[in-house]
Amino acid sequence: MRVLVCVKRVPAPGARINITADGKAVDTAFLGFTMSPHEECAVEEAIRQVEQHGGGATVLTLGPSEADEQVRYAASLGVQKAVLLPTDGADWDPQRTARAITEAISSIEAVDGPFDLILFGNESADSGGFQVGVRVAVALGRPMVNGIKAIAVSPADGLVEARRESDAGMEVYQLSMPAVVGVKEGINLPRYPTMKGRLASKKVSVDTFNSTAEVGRQKLVQLYQAAEKSSSTVILGRGPEAAGAVVDLLEEIGVLTAGKADL
Amino acid sequence: MLLVVVEHDRGTLSGATLEALTFARVLAARLGLPLEAVSIGVSADTLVDDLALYGASVVHQAHGDLLGDYGPEAWGATVAAAVSALSPLAVLTCGTDRGNEVLAQAAARLDLPMVANCTEVEPGASRGDEWKVTRVRWGGSLMERAVVSSETVLFSVAHHAVAAEPLDAPVACTAAVFTPELDPSVGRTVVTERVTREAGVTLSTSPVVVGGGRGVGSPEGFAPLTELAGLLGGVVGCSRAVTNSGWRNHTDQVGQTGTRIAPDIYIACGISGAIQHWVGAMASKNILAINTDPEANMVTRADYAVIGDLHQVVPAISAEIRRRRHGTV
Repeated sequence: MRVLVCVKRVPAPGARINITADGKAVDTAFLGFTMSPHEECAVEEAIRQVEQHGGGATVLTLGPSEADEQVRYAASLGVQKAVLLPTDGADWDPQRTARAITEAISSIEAVDGPFDLILFGNESADSGGFQVGVRVAVALGRPMVNGIKAIAVSPADGLVEARRESDAGMEVYQLSMPAVVGVKEGINLPRYPTMKGRLASKKVSVDTFNSTAEVGRQKLVQLYQAAEKSSSTVILGRGPEAAGAVVDLLEEIGVLTAGKADL
Repeated sequence: MLLVVVEHDRGTLSGATLEALTFARVLAARLGLPLEAVSIGVSADTLVDDLALYGASVVHQAHGDLLGDYGPEAWGATVAAAVSALSPLAVLTCGTDRGNEVLAQAAARLDLPMVANCTEVEPGASRGDEWKVTRVRWGGSLMERAVVSSETVLFSVAHHAVAAEPLDAPVACTAAVFTPELDPSVGRTVVTERVTREAGVTLSTSPVVVGGGRGVGSPEGFAPLTELAGLLGGVVGCSRAVTNSGWRNHTDQVGQTGTRIAPDIYIACGISGAIQHWVGAMASKNILAINTDPEANMVTRADYAVIGDLHQVVPAISAEIRRRRHGTV
């Protein structure tokens, strides 16, 4: 089975996200980088599917040249091949991103044959456009379901069973491969790289594709902080002696009478 | 005309759709345009009265063999067909997983831009002119001003950007059945089966959530949190650090990639309050942080805080609740 997983390099913010002076980007001067959480799980899922069914996994990213770090991280976990679609550094709009990824997938598949399964994260952690995976799937003419929390592949039937959480429980989808699936965190618990994996990932060759994809029609103008509450925190006390004040508060809010497990 | 895509599950309207309708109604009034809705599948035909109460003057009811249960491609292709037939100035969905998924499917088929999770929009002077939009990033902790130009502007309305407000009386509303011509292939992603969850209080609906972070220290460390949650008829939640450590199941995670909660009170124990967690908790009506670090982000952003070790403070709260209820510890 051939699996492709698409990831995005994003800053790893702590308690607050600062913005650059021109308001166009997140100030990353003091931040590390990671891939979006949903995508960490997509990488793990790609590796598990290949471990279970054989074949190989490829990771693809579109981003600045520094995104090399994220594809090598995926390689350190067990992904065999890596592809980078370099941008000029600025974030590309969703249409352009999807066009570039579609182009690259088509080029790779023209040489190596189709990917049975292409995995995306449900949405990127930073821009949260909720569309790149869907656009790629539609452009490739493949079935796509987003928000998936469980995947079971049966290679013999060429089917992927995909499950999605809803308010009522789980919805089950049956997709014929080749298929595209957007996964959500919780589908698995990602592994950590081994020392051997880290060393091996340094030697993986990262293929690059220079995209000519046309710019889309959505353009970022400015970022700003969401409004926050201005009032300060009421300190109810220190240590266990604060319990009385806490219970007074619970009573005032009206949640003290709700309990059932009071023994 | 503005067109709202009705999100429903086998005929049950989603609350978020009412927000999108409210948002669209205000916008339509400003532009002097009619507000219409598209509902997909026969099961949604009963929703006309509800939609009229939110201002929809026409409900386009899509019928077809492929429009039984929900399917992202079938729904997206239906919306695309409605856009081609009706040429709305804008199409709105709610900013839920389904709403964004259907809109993305439609946008991809129409090769039009799509703006997810908007909180405000400023339409252009005439059709095709640039719209100024404000949308949420990073799960709601950062806002983005953007411009988008399109013959039909496709956007979703961020959940909680507006409160759902019905009219005092329903508007006159016509139901117009249409049968979109759909490629049979779109039926390949329709729900084939459902596994129903046991009814009960969940993280997203519980009035009380007691959350634990890295400071809890171990899976066993959650016992006092479970006890307190039980006393208050609430449920236990946790941060991403906890699920990534394998201490608790991901279904308990509060955060950008977990569950968004909105309880009467969120009691956050030993949680530093990284952005990832905060955006999942910030809709809580009251937040009480229990933390040894008075400078922790969770403490400075909370409404109330207790500075101290959760392993001592949480059992003391449970004991105090018991004492008041029974006069004993």
